[in-house]
Amino acid sequence: MNVIETSGLGKRYGSTWALRNFTVAVPAGHVAALVGPNGAGKTTLLNLAVGLARPTAGAVNVLGGEPAGSPAALDGIAFVAQDAPLYKNLPAADMLQLTGNLNRRFDHGYAQERLAELGIPLKRRAGKLSGGQQAQLALTLALARRPRLLVLDEPLANLDPLARHDFMGMVLAAAAEDGMSVVLSSHVLAELERVADYLILVSGGRVQVAGEVDELLARHRVLTGPAAEAGRIAQRLSVVHARRAEAQAHLLVRTGGPGDPVPPGWEAHPVSVEELVLAYLREPGAAALPGPARTQKAEPTEVSR
Amino acid sequence: MADGPAGATPPDAGGGDGDTPLARSASPIEFRLDTASGVPTYLQLVHQVEHALRLGYLKPGDQLPKVRDAVASLAINPNTVLKAYKELETKGLAVGRPGQGTFVQATLSQVALPELATLRRSLLAWLGTADAAGLDEDGIVALFTSALRDFFERRGAPGRRGTSDSQKEGVA
Repeated sequence: MNVIETSGLGKRYGSTWALRNFTVAVPAGHVAALVGPNGAGKTTLLNLAVGLARPTAGAVNVLGGEPAGSPAALDGIAFVAQDAPLYKNLPAADMLQLTGNLNRRFDHGYAQERLAELGIPLKRRAGKLSGGQQAQLALTLALARRPRLLVLDEPLANLDPLARHDFMGMVLAAAAEDGMSVVLSSHVLAELERVADYLILVSGGRVQVAGEVDELLARHRVLTGPAAEAGRIAQRLSVVHARRAEAQAHLLVRTGGPGDPVPPGWEAHPVSVEELVLAYLREPGAAALPGPARTQKAEPTEVSR
Repeated sequence: MADGPAGATPPDAGGGDGDTPLARSASPIEFRLDTASGVPTYLQLVHQVEHALRLGYLKPGDQLPKVRDAVASLAINPNTVLKAYKELETKGLAVGRPGQGTFVQATLSQVALPELATLRRSLLAWLGTADAAGLDEDGIVALFTSALRDFFERRGAPGRRGTSDSQKEGVA
């Protein structure tokens, strides 16, 4: 089952396409990270998936074929928008009551237990809580709806390291317990490696890379060797991004797998998620969709040192 | 997976006003992560279990940390913990019991805890001598590693179990 599936999805604001011909399928049972530069269309995609916006073109289905925004879809999805929106004047207890009244399903016991664990006083106004606590309150409200899919837009952006850790711990524990799927957008690359097992790289309103993290890592490597041979290697292999100094070059290349032969005189190193994401972000023309195919014929630009 | 109200359990680190004493998991060990090591997370978990088995922190029948607890305290993907536990099952070291958790099935430690403590004491005494002779930490490691290699080469293959990584853990 796919928790989010789009085909030819497009969203135009005025004369600008925020998302165009966007086709992706996010399988269930993953913590999927949506990564891309500012303005790439991440928030637009999430808003379309949770039913807060309507597509200009194409379609988006969720939870195995429910149209986004339909009652069945709304029941199964919880969404925490950027900056953890809460009614700042309402005490935490009233936020629970309100959310409970507005939703068909809401687990008050779960919510109260979590808030007690987190040490969030029920009588305190939401606006008076610390930034970390506000995020945790918003997350608690979302999780108490017992969603099958949790969607988070930049959940970590304004949190300190400890709050980030505890926030993600809570998300992941809920995923482990209930088999809930998670789709989140994030700029915090260093943490993605631990958190996400599915990656969707968006750039310029299109999917650039999508796949399971383990598989993506196994299908890429960095080759280090003499700069003089880099051009020749680049003709034979699929180079995503090249960094070249006078003598030495590092090429991030796609491979068939770890068993692929290494060119003589070159060293092969495994890539990290961060390295992989940065390489693709620097090369918006390179794509690793289902197969190792490049969307554009253009040679990757080279960054000289 | 039913389990108690075990919250996220960062060992000290505020955030939850130290509300965790009762929530301690049933497992004798707790995982930690070395994000700078470059070792994949699931392998770190596998190594930590093996290490704990060697040093006697874990013995057959003991429960490994519940997936939910490990995930909450380390903020890692649940599939990573599942992958580590599957690997331990493949190695015959652990077994999953549906609805209960994953339990230690075999042991890696060749000697009992009291013996280990005695060996540790004599090693510490030796380290004191080496320190007094003027060896620094790197020097001690180099000397120990080379002596270890000599010892097992002279004795022949049996008794030498494992790979370079068990050797590294022995030194650490």
